Amino acid sequence: MALLQITEPGMSAAPHQHRLAVGIDLGTTNSLVATVRNGIAVVLQDEVGRSLLPSIVRYKADGGVDVGYAAQGTQATDPRNTIVSAKRFMGRGLKDVSHIESMPYDFLDAEGMVRLRTVAGIKSPVETSAEILRVLRERAEASLGGDLVGAVITVPAYFDDAQRQATKDAAKLAGLNVLRLLNEPTAAAIAYGLDNASEGVYAVFDLGGGTFDISILKLSRGVFEVLATNGDASLGGDDFDQRVYCWILDDARITFPSIEDTRRLLLKAREAKEMLTSHDEAPIHAELGTGQAVDLTLKIDTFADITRTLISKTLGPTRKALRDAGLTVNDIKGVVMVGGATRMPQVQRAVAEYFKQEPLTNLDPEKVVALGAAMQANVLAGNRAGADDWLLLDVIPLSLGMETMGGLTEKVIPRNSTIPIAKAQDFTTFKDGQTAMSFHIVQGERELVADCRSLARFELRGIPPMVAGAARIRVTFQVDADGLLSVSAREMTSGVEASITVKPSYGLSDDEIAGMLKESIDHVGDDVQARNLREQQVEAGRLIEAVEAALAADGRLLRPGERADIDEEIAALKKRIAGSDHRAIKAGIDSLNAATQDFAARRMDQGIKRALTGQKIVEFKL
Amino acid sequence: MTVTLSERAAKHVASFIAKRGKGVGVRIGVKTSGCSGMSYKLEFADEAAAEDLVFESHGVKVLVDPKSLPYVDGTELDYAREGLNEGFKFNNPNVKDQCGCGESFNV
Repeated sequence: MALLQITEPGMSAAPHQHRLAVGIDLGTTNSLVATVRNGIAVVLQDEVGRSLLPSIVRYKADGGVDVGYAAQGTQATDPRNTIVSAKRFMGRGLKDVSHIESMPYDFLDAEGMVRLRTVAGIKSPVETSAEILRVLRERAEASLGGDLVGAVITVPAYFDDAQRQATKDAAKLAGLNVLRLLNEPTAAAIAYGLDNASEGVYAVFDLGGGTFDISILKLSRGVFEVLATNGDASLGGDDFDQRVYCWILDDARITFPSIEDTRRLLLKAREAKEMLTSHDEAPIHAELGTGQAVDLTLKIDTFADITRTLISKTLGPTRKALRDAGLTVNDIKGVVMVGGATRMPQVQRAVAEYFKQEPLTNLDPEKVVALGAAMQANVLAGNRAGADDWLLLDVIPLSLGMETMGGLTEKVIPRNSTIPIAKAQDFTTFKDGQTAMSFHIVQGERELVADCRSLARFELRGIPPMVAGAARIRVTFQVDADGLLSVSAREMTSGVEASITVKPSYGLSDDEIAGMLKESIDHVGDDVQARNLREQQVEAGRLIEAVEAALAADGRLLRPGERADIDEEIAALKKRIAGSDHRAIKAGIDSLNAATQDFAARRMDQGIKRALTGQKIVEFKL
Repeated sequence: MTVTLSERAAKHVASFIAKRGKGVGVRIGVKTSGCSGMSYKLEFADEAAAEDLVFESHGVKVLVDPKSLPYVDGTELDYAREGLNEGFKFNNPNVKDQCGCGESFNV
């Protein structure tokens, strides 16, 4: 029979109505899943009792996929197919990703979001994240003994629309119903605020594996309000590893390490960093593929020195967030530490120094986000009585606006507005008789559209012809509780209307997600095609250059007829390079090669003759 | 007339109450609902009502309201682990049939 849990008095769920819901912290380095059991939020463990799931996915040649610890082991041996920190690539283009030169992946710059070429085909970060979420979902279903109603998934406060949508898509691919996306610091506040019932203004300092967020939250009578958020989407524990890694390279005089060695040394760097939270020095031993042995000791002072700039990078956004909230450090009642990287003593020290108080660390900084998400999921799934429901106010991290004439941004919803929110603004036509209007939705703080992130475009057609400035077009921006945007435009006199739910610029529709695997296979064909063409073009150019150089040097070896034939072949090949048929170019290359074979042989003979002339036979003895 | 806890169940109830920070024991009862007629109620008890019957087993108080008692008389509450899932289990001799998952039953 079913296993029951003890409930609060008067809250026994009717049979078959207890709804299983989980909170998921989809982290850059590690992910966790938690749920509320017996009224207490707990992190669910795997079958051997581990809470963390390393956010690592390995694609294998047979189509199989390893996730978590199983994939961690192959980081050094199979780096190209072992994807770590996929969250950094979510909804991001190639140019948005930092440290790309030290990453061992085969990147492919697809439109809007980067893709990774693996042995199992081309994978998007959405698919990689979905593998992680799938493992967490299976763990939760095995632990709770039933299907999940849904999940609350946390995202960094700084995630823009594309990144949020990518996270939702990943959840959908993993078969999870997303109850809500929740900002990580807000989740941490839920975990702390409810458990400790503390009122006041708090700062949440979240230094995770790959992202840094600072949030200023106001807690009062169980109501959470996010006053301001700021951060750096590309700063985290990984960067500390990177600094240590560079230090190892420098100190051990290693130049151009192989991909395997890079991975191996990064792992050693991370171990050293973790050891320094409780020790004054950490030994680093490694043997490289070249046979070179690395044998170093990293002292805590050296570590503090090489990572000082990273720590000061966290204080800039912290200052800005406080300024946005209109507060000073004296207004902050407590500082909540989130993320494994806040275990580093020098981070805690810097935070304590800045805020002039010791930060809170009484909940495990790695679990606190998942626990808060689980509490939120429990409420959203309807497992709590209505009377003590709490409200959750959240803010949008970046202003939302539209492009106006001249490539300028008109902000419609300013940043740090609480959501859900709807705002309308009126626009008009620019020319006499204008019957259509094009809308370009952007996100960001900059004045020029070119400096903001483009979210979507749509058109309003069928505006009745009027003189310029007579039409009244009301544009409404609406942001739902997940922070996702829909925009509608309505011409007020005729009532014509157009709207768009912002599909982020990488443009995955529901159907596309379903057909994603098929699509990526199609892409393989395109990519191979493009690569073939490029390769043949380069090869043909190289050959033509070589033949022309040879003709200039030894053209006199050819009879006039032969010379004309070769010139003709060159001209024909040049024409084919401009085309897009790689087979035709290949044929031209072969044909030019054939036509110059005799010429090449004659040049060779002449060269040997020249080299041998005047030499005595004895000098050729070895 | 009695309702008991297994030793393991008692240990878990005691630890849940300790974690919760208050409560005098655990309340067991039945409700008329569910696909087979009745379902169990398993709640923390903050205070005993005048009419409650109170049993004690392995140091933990079990409270049962008189209307529920006939349906759960002789029940032993156990704590079980099934795979990764764990929770309380009613071993109730009065049950004649129950729905597939056992969340509701008939006497």
